[in-house]
Amino acid sequence: MTDAPTRRRAAGQDARTRIRLTVNGEEREVLFDGYKTLLEVLREDLGLTGTKHGCELGECGACAVLMDAHPVLACLVLGVECDGAKVTTVEGLGDGPELHPLQAAFADLGASQCGYCTPGILLTAKHLLDTNPNPTRERIAEALSGNLCRCTGYLQIFEAVEAAARAVKTSSREAVKGAAR
Amino acid sequence: MRVIGKARRRVDGRAKVTGRTTFADDIFLPRMLYGKLLRSSLPHARIVAIDTSAAETAPGVKLVLTGAHFPHAYGIMPISQDEHPLCVGKVRHVGDPVAAVIATSEAVAADACALITVQYEALPTIADPEAALANRATRIHDYGEGGNIHRLAHLEFGDVEDAFRQDGVRVFEDVFFYEGSTHLALEQHAAVAALDQDGRLTLWSSTQTPHYVHRELARALDLPAHRIRVVACPNGGAFGGKSDPFNHEMVAAKAALLTGRPVKITLTREEVFYCHRGRHPTLMRLKTGVKPNGTIVGMDLETLLDGGAYGSYGPASTLYTGQLQTVTYHVPRYRFRACRTFTNKPACGPKRGHGTPQPRFAQEVQLDKIAVGLGMDPAELRLAQLAPANSLTANWLRIGTIGLAQCIEAVLEGSGWTQRRGKLGFGRGLGLACSSYLTGAGLPIYWNEMPHSAVQLQLDRSGRVTAFCGATEIGQGSDDVLAAIVAEVLGIEALDVKLVTGDTDLTPVDLGSYSSRVTLMMGNAAIQAAERARALLAAAVAAKIGVPEERLTFAERRVFDVEHPEDGVDFAVAVVLAETKFGTLGTVGSYSPPKSPGKYRGAGVGPSAAYSYSAAVVEVEVDPDTGWIRVPKVWIGHDIGRVLNPVLARGQVEGGVYMGLGEALMEEQVFRRLPHKLSGALVHKIPSMLEYKSPTSLEMPEVVTTFIETNDPNGPFGAKEVGQGPLLPIMPAVANAVFDAVGVRVCEVPITPELVLKGLESKAKRGMGGRGDGETEVRVGPTRFPEVPWPEALVVLPPWEGGDGRAVGQVNKTARART
Repeated sequence: MTDAPTRRRAAGQDARTRIRLTVNGEEREVLFDGYKTLLEVLREDLGLTGTKHGCELGECGACAVLMDAHPVLACLVLGVECDGAKVTTVEGLGDGPELHPLQAAFADLGASQCGYCTPGILLTAKHLLDTNPNPTRERIAEALSGNLCRCTGYLQIFEAVEAAARAVKTSSREAVKGAAR
Repeated sequence: MRVIGKARRRVDGRAKVTGRTTFADDIFLPRMLYGKLLRSSLPHARIVAIDTSAAETAPGVKLVLTGAHFPHAYGIMPISQDEHPLCVGKVRHVGDPVAAVIATSEAVAADACALITVQYEALPTIADPEAALANRATRIHDYGEGGNIHRLAHLEFGDVEDAFRQDGVRVFEDVFFYEGSTHLALEQHAAVAALDQDGRLTLWSSTQTPHYVHRELARALDLPAHRIRVVACPNGGAFGGKSDPFNHEMVAAKAALLTGRPVKITLTREEVFYCHRGRHPTLMRLKTGVKPNGTIVGMDLETLLDGGAYGSYGPASTLYTGQLQTVTYHVPRYRFRACRTFTNKPACGPKRGHGTPQPRFAQEVQLDKIAVGLGMDPAELRLAQLAPANSLTANWLRIGTIGLAQCIEAVLEGSGWTQRRGKLGFGRGLGLACSSYLTGAGLPIYWNEMPHSAVQLQLDRSGRVTAFCGATEIGQGSDDVLAAIVAEVLGIEALDVKLVTGDTDLTPVDLGSYSSRVTLMMGNAAIQAAERARALLAAAVAAKIGVPEERLTFAERRVFDVEHPEDGVDFAVAVVLAETKFGTLGTVGSYSPPKSPGKYRGAGVGPSAAYSYSAAVVEVEVDPDTGWIRVPKVWIGHDIGRVLNPVLARGQVEGGVYMGLGEALMEEQVFRRLPHKLSGALVHKIPSMLEYKSPTSLEMPEVVTTFIETNDPNGPFGAKEVGQGPLLPIMPAVANAVFDAVGVRVCEVPITPELVLKGLESKAKRGMGGRGDGETEVRVGPTRFPEVPWPEALVVLPPWEGGDGRAVGQVNKTARART
């Protein structure tokens, strides 16, 4: 992705774009400068500052969000590409005030120190658990290898993902049991 | 203990996992403008002219600033105030800011920057300390110790040469190089400035040191400090990289003053590399004299620091490359010479361990070499001569508790040292190293005798306790420590304590999150404030329920009679009773560290209320064909005094090990020259996160952490630091493990596959199979140390040679003054 001024010039100084997308389960229509990335649209035009940036070049993983259930780096996706997309950010991870099991485990087990890489890691980990409810330590390390964390040394993050995997399994078992009753 | 020592979710954990933590760049204010800095493309040049006219008239541009708007210099240390918000007269490194554009959007500001023309007159560039020493005519700054020398130190604690001449003493001498590295915090620095409704300036910033930024902002903008409010937003990682006042903070503030509108400046990742203030590349020559049984008789250290283009914390960094060398082992005589040079690169400063990882690497690698040379076990060599508890060092540092022996024993046992070292087969090895770090610097950055930290408590009749403190949350968990300590003393839960921190308008001064000072200093201030509040509550409850105060206890959100626990009141009721009896409730606590016994010039760097200790064993697997080093496992013992929250403490250790492995194996902030037909400029090799290699989740080894609790009397509940110390033994432990694995002594950091291969090749040439001894072993690394014009030594006698903590000349001077 080229820098903002270059993109801005390429898009034309005043080219505004309108798209419709679903963000965290809510349909939104947004008008923005056409050169903007999804990261910029989320943070600047939709007020969702939970998604962070560490490089804006696709190097650090801080801006990872789910787009149509797949993790993408929001700094490498143009806003105009998101018309009709379903985007999940950290703001949409929990259920109202209830934390998602990943969020609870990250908070309890020290997986979030400064918290800056956390949103991107949470969404990457959510995709991992959605597709592989029982990941090994090696699989977790591989899945998160594009998300840099400078604080934790990753081990407490691995443990939190494992704990969350167990919690998801337990709660889905309970949900099944509840439905059977 | 109901809160202290328990594994808990940190008080700010929920905010962090929901994306609600407000970092500086998350602040969006109505009518906000955006700023961009135009940065120098040349490493050293006079600014002949700047033409901003085209930028000023560009649509959307509100303000263009240059050095002319900022006549006042600033700098973190009073003795090196050598920076301007925008360069005045000349630029000193690629990335030095020369102008700023404030506009309606970041993109418009960036476009307008391109419309500014700067006419430069290129000057010769100084690429490294050797060039700095050799080229005295081209001066980067016109202050310092002549030529391009910023600082020089020469301290002698006893006659080292004499110690080296003693019978049977063998002197080991090596040259080491420790490459520079940068903090690489995930959050790029950002600052937002705005005028409040009364016209006063507020700056929100990702800073570790709001109090110092407050002072420097007042200086650089020539504004009364009481008209300025600095709010430290939670930092998205810092590691020392956000402890200087920065250009963009000053520029945003000035622009808010001139436009009357909020102004935000967020740095790009490239700009963060230019701000730097990271690890000083340091060349070291170390001589250690030992008796045949390995006992150290004296140590002689020279360090040469590449300071980059500005002073930053340099005067302190310079002394830190020597002053803490004496706190792990008993060193009876010690000489230390240090030289910091200016070069045309981004300024170096404090990175986790500030100045001490470099000489510790040298010392711990050399000790390993000495052990091999004397045919001793490196662990036994160390264990036999640890610095004693409650003692003074040769350079007059006061050591209190020291749990280093237990740290070493823990990692020896964990790693199976005795059975496994040297026996894992060619290509696999174990290495041991030790270290120590300050729990807070003994002196503030600017000289004063006021408290280093203070806490105010406000108790509301709702039962809410609010703690106010200037301490800054940089991810390490300072907010959690504050809440936990107040809660423990008052018998409530950590989440019952509301926190207001890092805000120069609202909170009493804490000097900042640097030098591992917060837990000890803020913690002691918090205990004092909370104990004063408890006394008020106890008096009121005692009167109400007719029980002597000393029988009351505070626990489980109640205040009750220990002998009849049913007699008591809820905590909120206790607050109501106390407010009824005493009026509005508020208490304060403050803390200053103990005075240092050292009185010589330079003695201000090194003293601390308590020293943490660490020992690590690192296991490596070295591929002899590629030189590639894999680290499968690390055992680390850390004397933390007391663990306040095991979850956070463990995170600090593992984070330190991680960062240490990055420095040991791959991280380098390095520069190259562009071809002369382009400009010959000295530029950052590649200022990006992808090319600045740092370990990912795939490189992280298993880490076994053992905490040693020495219960230090100076620490809150006995606690010492854990934020920096655990990083320090990792780099030498890796080097020592590589030696154990393949018999190559790498005297340089990072320990790259290239260096290992070079060593293996020269081993093969010499037909060596084994590891050799201290003299025949194969080493790779620097061999020469350039001539430095050392000043005359400041001679200070060690405590055991009749010294009194003053320099010998100093004593005479005082005596002369008296007569």
